Amino acid sequence: MEKNTRPVIEVRNLDLSYDDYAVMRDLNFSVNKGDIFVVMGPSGCGKSTLLKVLIGLKEPLKGEVLYNGVDFWKQDESAQQEMMRRFGVLYQGGALWSSFTLGENVALPLQLYSKLSSVQIREMVELKLALVGLTGYTDFYPAQISGGMRKRAGLARAIALDPEIIFFDEPSSGLDPLSARMLDDLIIRLRDILGATIVIVTHELASIFAVGDNAVLLDTESKTMIAEGSPKGLLADSKDPRVIQFLTRGEKQGVAR
Amino acid sequence: MPLNKLSFEHPSSNTLRLKLSGEWQIYAGLPAVEEVISELSSHKDITQLTFDLSEIGAWDSALISFLLHLMRECGHRKIQVIREGLPEGINNLLTLALKEHERTIPSKIKPASFLERAADKFLQLKAGILALVNFLGEIACAFGRFFTGKAYFRRQDFFGIVQRCGADALGLVSLISLLVGIILAFIGAMQLQLFGAQIYIADIVGIGMVRVMGAVMTGIIMSGRTGASFAAELGLMQVNEEIDAYKTLGISPVEFLVMPRVLALMIMLPLLTLYADFMGIVGGFFISTSVLGLNPVEYWHHTQSAVRLSNLWVGLVHGFVFGIIIGVSGCLRGIKCGRSAEALGEATTSAVVTSITSIVVATAVITFICQVLGV
Repeated sequence: MEKNTRPVIEVRNLDLSYDDYAVMRDLNFSVNKGDIFVVMGPSGCGKSTLLKVLIGLKEPLKGEVLYNGVDFWKQDESAQQEMMRRFGVLYQGGALWSSFTLGENVALPLQLYSKLSSVQIREMVELKLALVGLTGYTDFYPAQISGGMRKRAGLARAIALDPEIIFFDEPSSGLDPLSARMLDDLIIRLRDILGATIVIVTHELASIFAVGDNAVLLDTESKTMIAEGSPKGLLADSKDPRVIQFLTRGEKQGVAR
Repeated sequence: MPLNKLSFEHPSSNTLRLKLSGEWQIYAGLPAVEEVISELSSHKDITQLTFDLSEIGAWDSALISFLLHLMRECGHRKIQVIREGLPEGINNLLTLALKEHERTIPSKIKPASFLERAADKFLQLKAGILALVNFLGEIACAFGRFFTGKAYFRRQDFFGIVQRCGADALGLVSLISLLVGIILAFIGAMQLQLFGAQIYIADIVGIGMVRVMGAVMTGIIMSGRTGASFAAELGLMQVNEEIDAYKTLGISPVEFLVMPRVLALMIMLPLLTLYADFMGIVGGFFISTSVLGLNPVEYWHHTQSAVRLSNLWVGLVHGFVFGIIIGVSGCLRGIKCGRSAEALGEATTSAVVTSITSIVVATAVITFICQVLGV
């Protein structure tokens, strides 16, 4: 692939709605290739809605989402599907298909889109499960493993087709601090190994600082993004009390008494 | 004896002092705020309210809610509430509660007018119909791809579904249709005995079962069994974001999940209907020959001559249509399920209600068409 400096994802003037309500207006940001990009914001601010729009499940009210310069929502359905195939998504609860074993979960995308033989697919499945530390769990059903393992298995499925962009919906929610930390490390390692661009939606501060290269902060009250940049840089330089409050759990500056 | 006591003092003509004593706790119950209000209304010149809590015993949030209610009432009457006489703990709690009141401004909770609700209902209905038409279209497309060999779904899943909505239902279908056959025989016997024409029980049971009852009973059993299970299954997949996971992979949930289920029911329901017809006739035969004393051979011949092939076809068409109805309504309700436990329950209920209602309506329509065509 030729080297280009164009951002992988560009979001322009994006408005989002939930049911009949506009939840976010006028979002503008871009995600660079190979970055770990964090969408942060308080609960209920529209982070998950933004994710749904980014992964192509929900149409925005208005605005553009460009992948490598191509406007996703202007394409016809088959072109959209083509583009979605280059995404991997880890849903909040893992969203593993409960009637399939872990192996079948990871194998399905490969059966669908690869030209590999069934023996080769089995090898690939073993590899992806090994990458997330689940060697030997191929024949387990999702109900038989723990929540943290389910997330990792979901990640194995998300990276089955070596996606260009991997989306994470609240990766550390519901995990104990240690498992959350392990998942963060795994995210960084996968980015380095696969060279993928990663978008994470979360409000978990520890994760944000541990993995985030770049970030946007969404705000519920003003219904738009109020900061953009690297989380550490934002913490050091931002003058906006709302940003500082969010990044310090409200322990610094102008907390309402 | 009341645990708590409320008394009034009038230190000056425009001031009411409220003296609270005893225990003000949740379990002890509360005096009504109206007592204070009636006291306030009987003295029109009162402009401020003070408190004396020097003799108060144990208290908890019951006291706070009493005071908040009182303060709200005083606000309406433009009476100033002087909070100095309150202990610090109570005052802090009041401050906290009032602060929350100021902060949360409910913008959405506005009672809708009748017209607004009517319009909402209409829009919902329109959206519902559009969703149904859309869904039917998607299923039709999926079947189109299936018949051209392009549909993607797992064969082993399909056979699992066929087994679940076919072979696994045999026991229940046997029992119900056997009993329906018996019931038909008894009802027929009651009237036909008057004319000594009991042998026509064979006609009633045979035609009744084969033409409509076998299919309807199977349809109703399968709505409850399979329609509900499809709705619950797909609904839970929706709740767990499994359906989203299919979509992001470019797998059409309609093609992968719905089409095999509808197809399985389309195949299995006519077969189950055939089986139910047979079991119903066996039931009627058994009762007629053992209890009503008819000759088995004669009964058998009568059945053979009465039940024509056209009756069988009508029954099978019923079964086929019911299969589509049950499959579509079960899957539709499941896929459109909201993301909560309550929504899952609603999806299952409405899958069963929709399919049973549609089965009855479809039966009426098919019967009418047959009447017109003279089948």
